[in-house]
Amino acid sequence: MTRSTLSVTPWLFALFLALIGSTAHAMEVATLKTLAEGDSDAKIEAINQLIIKADASALPVLEAMNTNALGLTPDGHVVIQNTSGALDAATLAPMLPPPDSVDAVTINNRVRRALDSALSALRLFSPARAVRLTAAMDLQNRVNEDLLPLLATALAKETDQEIQFALHQAEAGLLLRAADPAVRLKAATTLGESARAGTQSILSTRLEKDATGATIETDATVRAAIQKSIGQIEDRLAVGEYLGRIFSGISLGSILILVALGLAITYGLMGVINMAHGELLMIGAYATYVTQTLFRHFAPGLVDGYLLAAVPVSFISAALVGMALERSVIRHLYGRPLETLLATWGISLILIQTVRTLFGAQNVEVANPTWMSGGLSVMSNLVLPYNRIVIIGFTLLVLLLVWLVLARTRLGLYIRATTQNRAMAGCMGVPTGRVDMWAFGLGSGIAGLGGCVLSQIGNVGPEMGQGYIIDSFLVVVLGGVGQLAGAVVAGLGLGVANKFLEPYAGAVLAKIMILVFIIVFIQKRPQGLFAMKGRSAEG
Amino acid sequence: MSTPTLPRWQTLYGARGWTLLAVFCALFMFIIPLLNLSVSADSVLHVSDYSVTLVGKIMCYAIVALALDLIWGYTGILSLGHGVFFALGGYAMGMYLMRMIGNQGQYGSTLPDFMVFLDWKELPWYWQGTEHFAYALLLILVVPALLAFVFGYFAFRSRIKGVYFSIITQAMTFAFMLLFFRNETGFGGNNGFTDFKRILGFPIAAAETRIGLFIASAVVLIATLLLCRYIVTSKLGRVLSAVRDAESRVMFLGYSTLRYKLFVWTLSAMICSVAGALYVPQVGIINPSEMSPGNSIEIAVWVAVGGRGSLIGPLLGAGLVNGVKSWFTVAFPEVWLYFLGALFIGVTLYLPQGVIGLLRRRGSKS
Repeated sequence: MTRSTLSVTPWLFALFLALIGSTAHAMEVATLKTLAEGDSDAKIEAINQLIIKADASALPVLEAMNTNALGLTPDGHVVIQNTSGALDAATLAPMLPPPDSVDAVTINNRVRRALDSALSALRLFSPARAVRLTAAMDLQNRVNEDLLPLLATALAKETDQEIQFALHQAEAGLLLRAADPAVRLKAATTLGESARAGTQSILSTRLEKDATGATIETDATVRAAIQKSIGQIEDRLAVGEYLGRIFSGISLGSILILVALGLAITYGLMGVINMAHGELLMIGAYATYVTQTLFRHFAPGLVDGYLLAAVPVSFISAALVGMALERSVIRHLYGRPLETLLATWGISLILIQTVRTLFGAQNVEVANPTWMSGGLSVMSNLVLPYNRIVIIGFTLLVLLLVWLVLARTRLGLYIRATTQNRAMAGCMGVPTGRVDMWAFGLGSGIAGLGGCVLSQIGNVGPEMGQGYIIDSFLVVVLGGVGQLAGAVVAGLGLGVANKFLEPYAGAVLAKIMILVFIIVFIQKRPQGLFAMKGRSAEG
Repeated sequence: MSTPTLPRWQTLYGARGWTLLAVFCALFMFIIPLLNLSVSADSVLHVSDYSVTLVGKIMCYAIVALALDLIWGYTGILSLGHGVFFALGGYAMGMYLMRMIGNQGQYGSTLPDFMVFLDWKELPWYWQGTEHFAYALLLILVVPALLAFVFGYFAFRSRIKGVYFSIITQAMTFAFMLLFFRNETGFGGNNGFTDFKRILGFPIAAAETRIGLFIASAVVLIATLLLCRYIVTSKLGRVLSAVRDAESRVMFLGYSTLRYKLFVWTLSAMICSVAGALYVPQVGIINPSEMSPGNSIEIAVWVAVGGRGSLIGPLLGAGLVNGVKSWFTVAFPEVWLYFLGALFIGVTLYLPQGVIGLLRRRGSKS
């Protein structure tokens, strides 16, 4: 503890006080004493007095109280403890020499609640817009009539519309308990403009019955207004919730599409039952992890950009593994789907164990780049996370590229020719063997991209692929073999259906219901949503 | 008809086959039990408790392999969901065993421990009556049969086959696993059932009980083998093989393949379930991981390794793979998955007929 650090502290405090727009004048010693030594009721009373006075100079003391930094010396001085010593709470000057022992002022939850609202109230006068907005939003949840005059003062000063609205809401929330029915009526109507669940519960407490069985709100017209406002808020909340569900459904759907798209090529077009598809996802995710680690080691400054590099890396590594598999194993099993299924399951076991040996059995940590964290706040109960938005955009991009490759390039032409009629394509000079390899590589690479995306939203571990393999097959089977459009529609449909069932049935039951639905659906349309037309008896 | 006068049992196996069966019966029903119970532990001839449990387990697996072979090897339908039927049989037996714990559980309640833990006050309706062994046996046979019948009826009616059927059965077992993982389903959630105390009044950990279960497994295994042999040598068996080889042609000849497939599918599920019911008291635990898709695929590998389309093949396969597994997982646990994976690949690439095919080829060459 040196003299120099101590001498800096008052400057910091002066700065702080300047920030909250008030000059540092001393608090009354009597109030301080009450705050430090009084019983809980006395403390709350003192805090409320400070609110009424809108005395911003009390902020440091209240904040100290809130962080348990307020203390009492044996000789009766109230002090604020900080890292370097102690300040006299009355003058905010450092105490020299520092007191030998300080008893921390203890507060209970009741006092803490009063403190919270006092802090919010006094912060309403901060020059920073964000601080004022947070404080105003926070005050909407407080039930403390002592805040009323202060709200009025703040409203008179406030110029920002959003904060004004929040302040009006907070005021109306308090006026809902005013003595005059006309005031209550006006408050109830004002509250109807809100879109917050908290406001809704404030309103509905007024409709509850008290111990004697009478409704708390005595006036019938006010009750009707409250009822109407609750309805309005519910509608607004429902819209937000509905949009949110659609969004998370689309987000889940785009993940399903990305996960299943590779399979739609290897299984849908080539007819290879690749049970190691999930492990190709895992390889993509681990490639992302390795890229991130390399960036952290060699280019710490560019760490936020690692994801951009990870996209091609995960594509190429999964594609290489896929091509190697095709050449070494799957090539020998064309036309024997059940054998392919077993052999590729064996491959998946080997890949899992290899990754376990290389990276350990525990999940590895892949961090979101900072530009993907946070979200876009659309409504009070609807925040769209940036990473989900990025994933949806990425899925669209990948879909577009895959479509371009298949429909507009020579490789795509060869792939389609080979899958439609292998012998004829061979006769026309298409190197069918090599086309198989490239097509399998393309499908595997897309699985790698899926893995890269999964690493951003879920755990990355050796067994992560196993959880997706069944989902991906269901998407492809439901969509119809041989069509990319089928996979897109099926993926989106399953994603949205899942998110709409979840609130009613819970996540697990929703999943089971979807599985049952697919099994039933396959009864009706064994060929999936988008069937290839044909006349074969084998179907 | 070449042999219309022979009694049916003589068409099942020749003299050599029946002799082998008799030797097997003698070995598993008398000799091993005797060597375990009556020979002192330090003798060379003593069969340890560990080996008895292991062989008992493998016999249950062999029954499952037979059941899968009946549907895959003979009818050409690869089920990747047989783990569900196995586990359902196990759970039905487990319910009986849980009730037999009585009030000796940790909480001293007559309810199973996990229900006390969940704060349930009474048994759910589907637990009613499970304290009777006969009812538990009924459940073991009826529940999987019902599930298989309904599932199979819808699947076969719309002519789902081949890989589609495999994937759907895999989805089924996955759905069941999720369902049984839930605590609210009422089957112990994650932990399943364990800490069994008694079966039919006998303490479950006693050596005599273990041997009793061992003999029961052997009896069921032999009976299943004979039943399967009876089916595949009958006219029904011929139709099943025809369905496997050319289903459309069989239909055009006027057979309703739906009935044949449905019958053998349901029967296969019931056999599986019985195996599960024998398995649970021997290993002392049943939990939802038995239904994980991986387990069901492993069953297919036993059959593929042994050689599908023969009845000895699956027995050999189940014995070989699980014997090697129990040795590997103790000696080199981290190598086991490599080995299993290589086995999957090697057998499909180089041994399409399995070990039996290899033996037969040797036999025909010499």
